[in-house]
Amino acid sequence: MSFRSAPLTVPTPPEVKAGLFTPEIRAALDAQVAKYPDEWKQSAVMPALTLVQDWNGGWLSRQLMDDVAAYLDMPAIAVYEVASFYNMYDLEPTAKHKVCVCNSISCMLNGSEELIHHVEHKYGVKPGETTADGRFTFKEVECLGACRHAPAVLIGHSYHEHLTPAELDKLIEGLG
Amino acid sequence: MTDKITIEIDGRACEATPGEMIIAVADREGISIPRFCYHKKLSIAANCRMCLVEMEQNGRPFPKPVPACATPVCAGLKVQTRSPKALEAQKGTMEFLLINHPLDCPICDQGGECELQDVAMGYGRDVSRYVERKRVVMDQDLGSLIATDMTRCIHCTRCVRFGAEIAGLRELGATGRGEQVRIGTFVEHTMAHELSGNIIDLCPVGALTSKPYRFQARAWELTQAPGLAPHDALGSNLNLHLRRGRVMRVHPRENEAINETWISDRDRFSYEGLYSEDRLTAPLVKKDGVWEAIGWSEALQLAATRLKAAGASLGTLISPAATLEEMFLAQKLTRGLGSNDIDSRLRQQDFRADANAPLLPWLGVPIAAVERQQAILLVGSDIRAEVPLLAHRIRKAAMENEARVFVINPYALELTFPADQLVGTPTANLQDLAAIAKALGVKGTGSLKDPLAHASPDAGHRAAADALLQAGSGLILLGALATAHPDYALLQALASAVAKAAKLNLGFIPAAANAVGAHLAGALPQVLPGAQAAEVPGAATRAMLAEPRRAYLLWQLEPGHDLCDPALATQALGRAEFVIACASHRSPDLEALAHLMLPIAAFAETAGTLVNVEGTWQSFRGVVPPPGEARPGWKVLRVLGNLLDLPGFDQDSQAEVATEVSNLCADARPSNALRGTLKASSAPAADLWRIGNVPLYRLDLLVRRAPALQRARGAGCFNAHLHPEQAAALGLAAGDEVIVRQGEASVRTQVSLSATVPLGCARIPAAMAGSEHLGVQIGPLSIAKA
Ligand code: SF4
Ligand code: FES
Ligand code: FES
Repeated sequence: MSFRSAPLTVPTPPEVKAGLFTPEIRAALDAQVAKYPDEWKQSAVMPALTLVQDWNGGWLSRQLMDDVAAYLDMPAIAVYEVASFYNMYDLEPTAKHKVCVCNSISCMLNGSEELIHHVEHKYGVKPGETTADGRFTFKEVECLGACRHAPAVLIGHSYHEHLTPAELDKLIEGLG
Repeated sequence: MTDKITIEIDGRACEATPGEMIIAVADREGISIPRFCYHKKLSIAANCRMCLVEMEQNGRPFPKPVPACATPVCAGLKVQTRSPKALEAQKGTMEFLLINHPLDCPICDQGGECELQDVAMGYGRDVSRYVERKRVVMDQDLGSLIATDMTRCIHCTRCVRFGAEIAGLRELGATGRGEQVRIGTFVEHTMAHELSGNIIDLCPVGALTSKPYRFQARAWELTQAPGLAPHDALGSNLNLHLRRGRVMRVHPRENEAINETWISDRDRFSYEGLYSEDRLTAPLVKKDGVWEAIGWSEALQLAATRLKAAGASLGTLISPAATLEEMFLAQKLTRGLGSNDIDSRLRQQDFRADANAPLLPWLGVPIAAVERQQAILLVGSDIRAEVPLLAHRIRKAAMENEARVFVINPYALELTFPADQLVGTPTANLQDLAAIAKALGVKGTGSLKDPLAHASPDAGHRAAADALLQAGSGLILLGALATAHPDYALLQALASAVAKAAKLNLGFIPAAANAVGAHLAGALPQVLPGAQAAEVPGAATRAMLAEPRRAYLLWQLEPGHDLCDPALATQALGRAEFVIACASHRSPDLEALAHLMLPIAAFAETAGTLVNVEGTWQSFRGVVPPPGEARPGWKVLRVLGNLLDLPGFDQDSQAEVATEVSNLCADARPSNALRGTLKASSAPAADLWRIGNVPLYRLDLLVRRAPALQRARGAGCFNAHLHPEQAAALGLAAGDEVIVRQGEASVRTQVSLSATVPLGCARIPAAMAGSEHLGVQIGPLSIAKA
């Protein structure tokens, strides 16, 4: 393998890794890492960040990103790149629920802008903000891969498709 | 080779290797294709799309323009770089690139030498149709060397790939997405890598520029002259950019065999030292303790009289970075006066191997061959600080060639490639090397008998021995910390035994730009010009200082910083009747110890020759005038020779001196073979060792005066760095004020903790403010709370 395409690794001693996260998280991380060749541990960075984010109540602190980097023997900046690229990672604290409205092309053509304006006015939040009562964080996200039934909204781990503002309201009301 | 194919670019038949990218073939043929993200030394990203060209294969046109940087050539290929379709694609890309790029070239530091500006001129539209708002990006502080204007960034990611692929340290990254992409460190911090300045050259726009040069000049005001890096022994080729007799900045000059397309930050920013306030601009003499300017003729007369009076009791110490011409004339002068005491090995303390050491030691292999090694053993070398670009070659060996790298060192190194490090006290370093030798089956005779008898190879030593033995080509290198070792003779003997047993090349990492040249010029007590053995060897540095001479001639060095044992040097020089210092800069220790200071020209101000680590002779011209009354060093020595009526001082030019040396060197071949078995050595012992490494930016007088480098991390920190357990055992904590003592010499400093230092050692750097009060760089030390 030419060194130009080999991943740059920054080894962390095992005794340091043993002190990161919890034993359960470490076991879950190891299960992800095991899916890839030894020298490509860092391929597990996305599932690792998801795991750690969920464990941390929905967001990633800088320390947690650094810990993931250490655990996967990667440079910290490479983790920041991934975490800041994808919408599903939050780098600031969020509410328990996240209402994520897709505004990529298909959804936009099918009325996602209307959904967005509706939420903005009715609940008084701009994309990226949390409602005053702390009920949910409102996010505008890139294509959810559900273009066929646009407009699509992701709430928690569930997809909701073909939504009108009224249907979205109902979903939001149902949030605990 | 038979597998060459012929392709056609713009109607021209070009030879190519299958798999090569179109852009590489075009570059070789001198056909220009615009590009931003492509760089021949970096991986292919193909993210800027500026290099779009039209192509067809065997008469079948491709439907879309293809990126020339990411399209491999194949038989029957025809490429059009300037067809209407190609031009339209390029124009389109250009328009998109300019959407978010500020059009404020008049206030941009890159203006006039900007790839974006040039390409926009050649390939863009003449007016912008874009009327919406442009994005603005906040700048980051990357330290004292690199200035940022991130709004100008076009996301080519060259700087990011440089970090990952060349530097081996990912400091910059592309965070965010789409319009929000930012190039930066994400968490603001200073760039720490010793090659980071190269991203200034790589950045095609004005996003990353040189901080010291910022807003100093415009590209079109500068003239370019070739130069040579004056610090480490690699001999990097430079382009000096000049304006009105002043070096404004330094860029690399490509030389694939030596520095490729890179230079280290030390070579790039040290020119600032030329303009420090303490340049010596006139001959100065000390009268009743006060320095007074005098004329050159009076100064030279005085020097001649004193040199004559000293005669055979003269000691000459010359910087290993001095030019070949200066070294040659200095040794001629010294030997002409009847003294054989000249040395340029200023940081060495053990000279017992002199009688049998090689007469013209070198790297052992050409620089470019380092990356083809399969195993490398580094002994006593902080390689990234000593020769940054040699570390880069070793990194290539480790990463591309999967070479195993082993390190025996008195402190753990932060390396950018995998290596097995055997870290221990100087005594342990000897034992480790002896254990590897024993594992290789070396039979102990002579001086090796004892160390080998006591050696007990463990699994690590055996693994190293195996890897070295199995390597088809391997290299063992002795670095600066080996040179400063109190038992350097034994280290050399062991290293050469290991090399022989494992069939490796043995190599020396020379101390400075012309340390190999010193052997050719005869600037060593046991070596005459042409790398000939002297029949009557003179005294080496240590002996010259231990038994003080009547007079000393110091050439371009600061006794407190450039010698292995500053305390001893201060004593010896203080007792001398007369000390003549030829130097480019004044310094407090020279002012205290010298009686006469003669100003000589520095880097870029004089012509000369340097012989690099692989024995390549490189000459350079003086391109800016020296300040004030300063004169080229070789001229000063020539006139002194005349005044002393010595024969052989009638050269009219630097070139004549160089020719004289090269005639003497006709038969000189570099070789690292020992000329006999090394004799007796005593195993040094100490409860606590001082390890005095020379930090990256403290190497010589010029670097020490370059302000931007002195604010960077490589400038070192004069603390007593101790392992946390060692500190605890001594009852010390981080931040404690302590007195460190080496014999009579002592100084006050602070404790800092570092797990890179082994037990039994305190790393207290040399060549720092404070270190002039201490003794040998590597030697016994005691430490007590202040
Ligand atoms: S800073 Fe310069 S080199 Fe780095 S990505 Fe931006 S334009 Fe390219
Ligand atoms: S565009 Fe909304 S899901 Fe694809
Ligand atoms: S140079 Fe080819 S895409 Fe950038």
